[in-house]
Amino acid sequence: MSLLQIQNMTKTFGGLCAVSDFSISIEGNELMALIGPNGAGKTTVFNLVSGFYSPTEGSLVFKGKSLAGLKPHQVTALGIARTFQNIRLWHDMTVLENIQISQHYNLGYNLVDAFLRTRRYMGNEKRIADRGYEILEALDLRQFAEEMPKNLPYGLQRRVEIARALSISPALLLLDEPAAGLNSSDVNDLIKLIGWIHKEFKIAIWMIEHQMDVVMSLCSWIKVVDFGVTIAEGTPEQIQNNPDVIKAYLGDENI
Amino acid sequence: MRKLTVPTLLLAITGVIVFMSHQEYIDLYIQSVIMFMGVNIILSTSFNIVNGYMGEFACGHAGFMAVGAYVTSVVNVMLFTDDKVFGAALLPPETAVYLFPFTLLIGGAAAAVAGVLVAIPSFKTRDDYLAIITIAANFIIISTIINIDKIGGARGFMGMKKVLFAMTDSYDIPWILLWVMIFTFGTVFIIRRYVTSTYGKGIIAIKQDEVAAEIMSVNTNRMKLVAFMLSSGLAGIAGGLFAHILGYINPNSFGILKSTECLVMVYLGGMGSLSGSVISAILFTLLLESLRFIIPWMDTAMHYINLLPDSYELSQVWKWVIIPLILILLMQFRPEGIMGNRELSDVFPKLKKFYSFK
Repeated sequence: MSLLQIQNMTKTFGGLCAVSDFSISIEGNELMALIGPNGAGKTTVFNLVSGFYSPTEGSLVFKGKSLAGLKPHQVTALGIARTFQNIRLWHDMTVLENIQISQHYNLGYNLVDAFLRTRRYMGNEKRIADRGYEILEALDLRQFAEEMPKNLPYGLQRRVEIARALSISPALLLLDEPAAGLNSSDVNDLIKLIGWIHKEFKIAIWMIEHQMDVVMSLCSWIKVVDFGVTIAEGTPEQIQNNPDVIKAYLGDENI
Repeated sequence: MRKLTVPTLLLAITGVIVFMSHQEYIDLYIQSVIMFMGVNIILSTSFNIVNGYMGEFACGHAGFMAVGAYVTSVVNVMLFTDDKVFGAALLPPETAVYLFPFTLLIGGAAAAVAGVLVAIPSFKTRDDYLAIITIAANFIIISTIINIDKIGGARGFMGMKKVLFAMTDSYDIPWILLWVMIFTFGTVFIIRRYVTSTYGKGIIAIKQDEVAAEIMSVNTNRMKLVAFMLSSGLAGIAGGLFAHILGYINPNSFGILKSTECLVMVYLGGMGSLSGSVISAILFTLLLESLRFIIPWMDTAMHYINLLPDSYELSQVWKWVIIPLILILLMQFRPEGIMGNRELSDVFPKLKKFYSFK
């Protein structure tokens, strides 16, 4: 049984068909990419998986459970983590607090425990703080635990956002343009980081990316969409040589 | 040892003030100023939960104060006093001493339920639209009270003084002063514990980026519901205490003007700063009381230099020009308020040596 199974998913907004007849099957521990020109509907696909939109047609099944009608926080609790194109960190809270808040799906205590500071509260808060330090340690961010993200360089902010997504122990990590806004040395660090996460945490990673060096060096399977329609899919070699893809997206010397 | 400094200090303050009131070293006027300070602290800190920490723009806080005031007062009058409308006391007046805090909590619970009225629209609206909805809710609550004749309607409701007499008959200490202080410290205590827990930080996350909060497993709807209910519940407790300080309540004292006072206190102190709300509530109460003396003084001065015609006198109504003016000047020159979003321990880090909170 595959980890994420999307079949014939379609999303229309009024008269506009953003995603048309999209199907994909992601097994555990795969590294896949979704590429295409701007406006192709890639982020819409991610938003459909995350639960921000519900599909007009088609089915979305994760670990055997249907994602239809679930709200984003419920989808996250099932094990799908996500980062955004423009970094959505909470800039007026420390890096550690950013990580701790994503543990909201299993806090383990309620409001009254928080008022009375019961043993259940103290134990769970310690567990949440330890988990935060553990993830920061793993991604080499421990020294920034008390910093505010707005004071960190962009490359580090991106790493903090990925750390926050990993802290929920996801089975599937959705990365929406992780290399956006990074300079070439940061991009190399990012490629190493994603490769390391994939090996170390043994999770499936599905990314949207425009920078082809990231995609081609990391991913084993690529799907190309244009205007909501899938125009090709295959291994990096097949995609690089596919004439439709070259015409729509990758670019031709003759153009 | 550091853990006990703040509780000991608060206990000492309460003990000293109650003792001095009992021995009548401080007169009733100063006692009432202290009590209004307490009520204002509860109002501004509870309002800070939704307007400060959660970054919403609710404007109807006085409505929940009204719910708490009326529910607590009616329950107390029904249970402990012989009233013309509600009949004989249902319980012996001696029990009033023990049951008073529970009737306050009942008033708070009723206000929390009323808070659901504004929580549910808040799921889908923010800012201006939420302001409109909350102002409307405030008017709805006031008009509903005016239309219920059994509790006095527009004439107001009284009888709370008899409840207080029943309490002092049992043990002669200034009960209402004591309960105001206990509930004020308790409110600040639980709000602090709420916003420093990871649970409470969810509402700060909602303010800074609601989409990110939703995707990072924060159940935003439930967090908003809890925040609104806590905020209005505490306002209800403030209302119950307010009703018993005065002995008489009138629906019009919980209208948009009272809500404006709450707005001024929160924005004056700083959104998202608990110590800021406490400081601004104290300053605001002192300002209001001092206006009682300053306005007649200004009146004399302005007549003396012939700025005002002899026939016109500055009345207390002018404070309703001065209070909104403060809000406007604040937004213009210091929109982040006195404390911004920092706490006292951020401004004076050396204080941290003397206390520790869990």
